[in-house]
Amino acid sequence: MSSFWHDAGSKFNPISSIDYLPRNFLEDIQLHRLQNMVKRVYDNVPFYRQRMDENKVKPEHIQSLKDIKYLPFTVKTDLRDTYPFGLFASPMNEVVRLHASSGTTGKPIVVAYTKEDIDVWCNVMVRSLSACNVDRGDIVQNAYGYGLFTGGLGLHYGVETLGATVIPISGGNTDRQIMILKDFNVTVICCTPSYFVHIIERANELGIDLKSSPLRVGIFGAEPWSEAMRQYIEREANIKAFDIYGLSEIIGPGVGNECICQNGLHIFEDHFYPEIIDPETLEPLPDGEEGELVFTTLSKKAMPMIRYRTRDITSFYNEPCPCGRTIRKIRKISRRSDDMFIIRGVNVFPSQIETALLTVEGSTPHYQIKLTREHGLDQMEIQIEVTKEMFSDRISEMEKLQNKFVQSIERIINIRANVRLVEPHSIPRSEGKAKRVVDLRKI
Amino acid sequence: MKIQQISMFLENKPGRISEPCKILAANNINILTLSLADTQQFGILRLIIQDWQKAKEVLEREGFIVNITEVVATEVEDKPGGLAKILEIIEKEGLNIEYMYAFTFRSGDKAVIVFRFDQPDLAIKALQSKGINVLDSVQLYDKANQ
Amino acid sequence: MNSLPFENRIWDPAETIKPEERQIIQLELLKKVVERVYNTVPFYKTSFDNLKVKPEDINSLDDLRKLPFTVKENLRQNYPLGLVAVPKDGLARIHGSSGTTGKPVLVAYTHKDLETWANLCARFLVAGGLRKEHFVQISFGYGLFTGGFGLHYGVEKVGATIIPAASGNTARQILLIQDLKPDVLICTPSYALNIAEQAKQTGIEPKDLSLKYGHFGGEMWTEDMRKEIEEQLGIKAFNNYGLSEVIGPGVSGECYLQNGMHIQEDHFILECLNPSTLEPVKEGEYGELVFTSLTKEAFPIIRYRTRDLAYIDDSPCPCGRTTKRMSRVKGRSDDMLIIRGVNVFPSQIEEAILQVSGIAPHYLIEVTRPGVLDEIFVKVEIQPGYISDKMSEMQSLRDRVLRKINEITGLHVNVELLPPNTLERSTGKACRVIDHRKIS
Repeated sequence: MSSFWHDAGSKFNPISSIDYLPRNFLEDIQLHRLQNMVKRVYDNVPFYRQRMDENKVKPEHIQSLKDIKYLPFTVKTDLRDTYPFGLFASPMNEVVRLHASSGTTGKPIVVAYTKEDIDVWCNVMVRSLSACNVDRGDIVQNAYGYGLFTGGLGLHYGVETLGATVIPISGGNTDRQIMILKDFNVTVICCTPSYFVHIIERANELGIDLKSSPLRVGIFGAEPWSEAMRQYIEREANIKAFDIYGLSEIIGPGVGNECICQNGLHIFEDHFYPEIIDPETLEPLPDGEEGELVFTTLSKKAMPMIRYRTRDITSFYNEPCPCGRTIRKIRKISRRSDDMFIIRGVNVFPSQIETALLTVEGSTPHYQIKLTREHGLDQMEIQIEVTKEMFSDRISEMEKLQNKFVQSIERIINIRANVRLVEPHSIPRSEGKAKRVVDLRKI
Repeated sequence: MKIQQISMFLENKPGRISEPCKILAANNINILTLSLADTQQFGILRLIIQDWQKAKEVLEREGFIVNITEVVATEVEDKPGGLAKILEIIEKEGLNIEYMYAFTFRSGDKAVIVFRFDQPDLAIKALQSKGINVLDSVQLYDKANQ
Repeated sequence: MNSLPFENRIWDPAETIKPEERQIIQLELLKKVVERVYNTVPFYKTSFDNLKVKPEDINSLDDLRKLPFTVKENLRQNYPLGLVAVPKDGLARIHGSSGTTGKPVLVAYTHKDLETWANLCARFLVAGGLRKEHFVQISFGYGLFTGGFGLHYGVEKVGATIIPAASGNTARQILLIQDLKPDVLICTPSYALNIAEQAKQTGIEPKDLSLKYGHFGGEMWTEDMRKEIEEQLGIKAFNNYGLSEVIGPGVSGECYLQNGMHIQEDHFILECLNPSTLEPVKEGEYGELVFTSLTKEAFPIIRYRTRDLAYIDDSPCPCGRTTKRMSRVKGRSDDMLIIRGVNVFPSQIEEAILQVSGIAPHYLIEVTRPGVLDEIFVKVEIQPGYISDKMSEMQSLRDRVLRKINEITGLHVNVELLPPNTLERSTGKACRVIDHRKIS
């Protein structure tokens, strides 16, 4: 590291320099990348070409960043309708990785990466980690789930690229998490904020004092959390807790991240162009007004996204950030404009549960999803009203049925839910329609 | 030879058993015997009732899920070894007992054991051939009403 | 079946150099590693000194036999990082395997080690036909376990497309295979059969799936099982071998000829010893595999006793690779069980049940393979005062045992509660394990 970078502060990573560009330089990069990307998808992805033709917009109409408003939106159901490979813009032999996230029904949403995409992902992850003061000498315990979910591998590659030590412990087994945390003098932990609350509580039970451990930074994401929760975590574990934002459709974790000011999440705008729109009129909103977050990827090769509607509700900050980064900030995600909920960091749509129940029974029974949080751990209970067709006088048969529901749900959302069979008419109905999700968690 | 048994799905929470009992009482329906199997979450209540059609009707009217299953009632002497003899026969035939429960009448020295077999007809044949008294519903309720 | 993927391709020229040349390299590397561990790892210095052997005593490959053995217990005693030979800030990754007590056995990697590891996995993947354009579904667990990551980075090195499905949720695995049409499946052999079986149950003909071949490892399996997998899934099934103490998968692996696993001798020296006398067995005879790593930076290992029993084949392989080959592992010289790719010691089960109040300290482990997937039944006795007439209480007692075992071993087991004093008490060594699986 040259002395120049050293002068900028010991934690400054040169990869982050783009976060500090003057706005006009950054916007030049954005426009240049946007124009290239739009042309590329128009030429390579029939879906986008058709959408753009329908909207009577050609790549050459994009002359300024404002012109992005002429481009059509992309929504989650478009990913379902083109499943699995319909939105790929690169030849298959350039694709090196597939990931998946929740779809709205039985099928997952598949996203793809080329080698360059993985490099971009590593780049934004290093910038995320640097923004929360993580550096080479850190030992990072990554308790996000590994696999098709982007959380685990996203953080993992970021830490590896940064040059810190990664302990790929994955999710679950809290006692082991605490043991490793302690035995390895771990300095940074990555997981969902609610799971870390669980770790704190369990450590207290075991008489292990996290406050005096070398742990100093937590990078928490994949679910909404509040300022009160941050204060609790920071006080009880004596760490700095940072929010990380991302979604598989755009790249995974690393779309945005808090800096040491802990006041809003910086968006890595050179790769992901953010807009905030009115979810009803779909018109862009003035900066500072609350609306739905929309992203256009500027550099993704395998699966570019044009004006992807995230359904996350937030707003831009108008004021410059004291940290010096010039890339824009959004407020913590406050809510969604659809009925999706997040359980243990995994996105779930009630329609997925419905599909699962339908597969078992041939018809959808009355059901209700009950979400609770005990000691930081999310619990999902799905209450299903027993019908005459389901009922047997044999306990073993009823347990078998219960298991079938559990498995069918697991197949689709990859989470084991508690299924509780309940008596008919025990789920309250309002105007004939049962409330599908009862969220009793305090966030 | 088979007896109709009413089975009901109940959630495992306080007060759930009393409700069907109250409904039956209000309709002047007498329960001969019952058994409850429970798990952590739910229970299955099994009832032997003479007028099972009426019981089913009133319970269903109240929104309960009611199934009728056929069970086998046998009479055994109420003394050590009585049950063992029956089980031995069943075991030799390679038959499966799904579940069972027993009760005694007010008078007499016999106990009645109610079996749920996966193959009730084979079980009845086997038991009868070994001289076990398998009760049909007429006999059962006659004895009950003595 | 498309025969194209199986043309003979060599990933790394080091696989085909003359054995004599490789031996020269081995000796050079051996001298270096011995000197390095002696000077940087106190454990090795002590154990060398105990045998009065110095690094300079190593002048030929045969001199390796002067060096002390390393066993799993040594790794545990030096938990967490006592055997690491580089400064802590040089570590890039920590992995682990299950130990016999609560503390896992952990191993460490530098960036260069990860590079080496990926290259070794790429070698056997390419030897089995992997090409850049292939789709690869990795159904191994990711996490501290080395299986998932080893193969993941190997496939990435070759440039093929990874579907990181991780383990579990078989119905979803099948959905992914149907929809994403991978060419290659990577998992434990029993899990491959499980996928085939469950596909059939749901009316999907596994032969019609897109899979062309698979690389299987992480547990013992047989030639019969290979035939079964190949027939059921309509694929070629390749065997690979590795353990995290040595590096993870990639220690050895089969080429397309499927006649023994090529040992990566430029990175590891393999000895095959009689487990009682610790003398070398004759070539072709079964013995315990003992590995010495030559190139690993963070976690070099000297004469590590794997407890795995196999034999070495020194005859040339027609594929052109000049390395020795090892047979499949046919057994263990200790009581470790491998269940669905997870290492389990009976002592771990014991530790678990001792932590649940209401359960007597007697148990019996029965392992079966009813279909294709290992099932483990743990029979335990309830202590007299804890018997309840409530089924729900008994169920929750059973669930507590189940959860504890899961916490310690990571396995979902079946637990059967028995009345007090039903398990046989033997006067000598209790028979704790009955393995009904037919493996060898």
